[in-house]
Amino acid sequence: MSVSYAVKSLSQGSRELIAFRIGDQEFCVNIMSVREIRGWTLATPMPHAPSYVMGVVNLRGAVLPIIDMSARLGMKPAEPTARHVIIVAQVKSKTVGLLVEAVSDILTITDDTIQPVPEISSDLEKQYARGILAIDTRMICLIELEALFPEKAHDKESEAA
Amino acid sequence: MDMNEIKEIFFQECEEQLAELESGLLKLNDGDRDPETVNAVFRAVHSIKGGAGAFGLEELVAFAHVFETTLDCVRSNKLEPNQDVLKVMLKSADVLADLVTCSRDGGSVEESRTRGLVKELEALANGEAPPAAEAPKAAKPVAAAPAAKPTDESGFQPIPFTFDGFGEEEEVVDQFTYDVTFKPTRELYSKGNEAALLLRDLSRLGEMNIACDMDQLPTLESMDPEASYFGWKISITTPKSEDEVRAVFEFAEWDCELEVKLTEASADEELPMIPVPFDLSALDDEPAEIAEPQPDVAAAVAAAETVNSVAKAVNAAVEKKEASAAATAAAAAQNNAAAAASSVGQTIRVDLDRVDRLINLVGELVINQAMLSQSVIENDNNGTSSINMGLEELQQLTREIQDSVMAIRAQPVKPVFQRMSRIVREVADMVGKQIRLVTEGENTEVDKTVIDKIAEPLTHMIRNAVDHGIESPEKREAAGKDPEGTIKLSAKHRSGRILIELQDDGAGINRERVKQKAIDNDLISPDANLSDEEIDNLIFAPGFSTADKISDISGRGVGMDVVKRSIQALGGRISISSRPGLGSTFTMSLPLTLAVLDGMVVTVAGQTLVVPLTAIVETLQPEAAAIHSFGANQRLISIRNSFCPLVDVGRILNFRANQANPVDGVALLVESEGGGQRALMVDAIQGQRQVVIKSLEANYTHVPGIAAATILGDGRVALILDVDAVVGASRGQSMKPEMSLAAAG
Repeated sequence: MSVSYAVKSLSQGSRELIAFRIGDQEFCVNIMSVREIRGWTLATPMPHAPSYVMGVVNLRGAVLPIIDMSARLGMKPAEPTARHVIIVAQVKSKTVGLLVEAVSDILTITDDTIQPVPEISSDLEKQYARGILAIDTRMICLIELEALFPEKAHDKESEAA
Repeated sequence: MDMNEIKEIFFQECEEQLAELESGLLKLNDGDRDPETVNAVFRAVHSIKGGAGAFGLEELVAFAHVFETTLDCVRSNKLEPNQDVLKVMLKSADVLADLVTCSRDGGSVEESRTRGLVKELEALANGEAPPAAEAPKAAKPVAAAPAAKPTDESGFQPIPFTFDGFGEEEEVVDQFTYDVTFKPTRELYSKGNEAALLLRDLSRLGEMNIACDMDQLPTLESMDPEASYFGWKISITTPKSEDEVRAVFEFAEWDCELEVKLTEASADEELPMIPVPFDLSALDDEPAEIAEPQPDVAAAVAAAETVNSVAKAVNAAVEKKEASAAATAAAAAQNNAAAAASSVGQTIRVDLDRVDRLINLVGELVINQAMLSQSVIENDNNGTSSINMGLEELQQLTREIQDSVMAIRAQPVKPVFQRMSRIVREVADMVGKQIRLVTEGENTEVDKTVIDKIAEPLTHMIRNAVDHGIESPEKREAAGKDPEGTIKLSAKHRSGRILIELQDDGAGINRERVKQKAIDNDLISPDANLSDEEIDNLIFAPGFSTADKISDISGRGVGMDVVKRSIQALGGRISISSRPGLGSTFTMSLPLTLAVLDGMVVTVAGQTLVVPLTAIVETLQPEAAAIHSFGANQRLISIRNSFCPLVDVGRILNFRANQANPVDGVALLVESEGGGQRALMVDAIQGQRQVVIKSLEANYTHVPGIAAATILGDGRVALILDVDAVVGASRGQSMKPEMSLAAAG
């Protein structure tokens, strides 16, 4: 049964997304890039870091940078509380922690339910938004993490060398 | 996995091997003469025998062994696998399968059935009962087959014997008989050669009579277990040439007395042998049929048994030799305890990833242990409880585990040193110099990552030493030196670090020219008053090159400063000492591992940072009177009457907007590249600690001023300061990542 289900979902271009909330907006990312979800712990600030990098935390021995998604998406910087969560996601070869207010949903959608992003002037939104989902009365913006953290921006320094 | 599981796997494999065996035999039966098919059949039986031996299934081993011996004859084309032969073999395969089933499920195969087949197989192997057409051909391997598997019996009385008369009636053209005298020396055994194997190889060439010469065998009490006492006299009849006979002893010929002489075919009688009465000539006259027992076959079987007993005697002789060789080896191993430590038998190959995983886990363990200790101390008021004692022991244990795990990664520097000798040869050729590389302490061990990373700077330095250090042969002769220059590369352990020295006996540093060059390149002011040591160290300054001509070999003046940076990036230091006319010595001191680092844990603007201990010269508490403002926002601190720029770490790393008051903090006096000193201002020192280095680049990116990260006892990440980058930033250089050696050329 599971096989036929998989075939069916593949044929319809179905995918699973994880939705999270920042302020009064909802966003979602592909569930395949999410490794785990954990609570907020105090991060060690990094010198010379962009404003949206909260710092780094210890993820079972690995150094995990924490990205303030609110600041990264152009909204006001987050003031993390114990209720905030970190979505540990794999972006290309790197693992990053995304600080969000809450994880709100896990969605199974088909590609045809994704509406295109309307023409907007802001470059930032154009850069990361890949579509808009209408679930009940909610609007959820589909984000492409790779576009948000291009390898190039991460490796800016080493490229200069 | 317990024994039964392993046994189960063995039986599963047996099933596969039996299937392989049967299909192979059937292919042969259909006329397939592909050697690979024969090999497959042989391998199948051999695997079953090997596995059965490991489980002590003697019945199975015994039968498989006989089967295998016969198959070996087919494999070496001594036995033609015709229908009759294959009939026996297919039957044997069935018995083998039954024996496997019995070994697994209990029960037993009828002994008469097994024994009958064993006899038939042995007869085939010994070439006694094949059909007439095959007789002369099959008769040859008489000695070969049994001698080839000297594993059956163990006896200790060597019995000289001969196969007199055997094969004499063959009508053979171009058969030669050689008298071979073979007397191994003790070196033959000490080099791991084995007389029995050589004799076995020899026996494959043709029909062989062998006699063991035991004249030199002393009495038991005066016997030296490592010595070689036996010699052999062999008479071999073979179509091969004398050279081919000698080729058997190719790898042993320096360690034995060997004489190969062509004789008449009937020269056998001259050998001092005890003939074993035994005549097979009747068999050649009347073809024997396997399928239908006849009186002749009975005779053949009897004869086969004689052959067998003779073969056993050979085995006994051979085994005695093997035993003495084993004793030799054992004694050698004991004598050579030091060498044995590095011998192959005592090492295992392990995937590097597994070791790294273990190291990471142990790193976690260390952090966890520290976290545990910290929280116990925080919650335990009296501080004398048994928990504390237990924790202390745990701490010691974890430290020991960590050290042991690190030792797994340690490798001798030998491979890198070996690479250097090639570079010396190549570069010396290119520049027309005669240079000898002497290496010392090649077995000094250091972490594999360090080894990987020193190769590049070391190559650079070696090239420099060859290009600039050593003079041309003419100049050397004019200076009264050996025209051949010497570069000495040595490694040794010193106080928890590895010290690598590169010494050349060249002209040494020409201080006048170095100084002039530095002035020309605006590195120093013309009236600077520098000590010899300071001048020598100018060669490490960025953008300095002394060679008048830029050569392909030592680069474009980025050489030594890049070398210094790479060494420092490894947490090491490099220094030079030079004596004019006598040569220069570069000394590198490197940490034994890159996985841990001894650091000073400090507080800066509320953040915890780790400063590598190797960079710190001293720590001091600045007094207000020692701080002097200099220019707009520079400050200097006077230390013993010299002025040293003060660097506020918190300001450089952007942790605070304004400079802190130096009097409130602690100054770490650090030595930076170029030899200059800086005083790094931090708020407080928490203590000294060994920390596990974690990469920042893995998930984030290189951060200017930060070398790496670590995880402290409270589970939080602390950053490790990149002292050179911080000092560089204080000089107004932008904090950019280090140039790599590769990019700099």
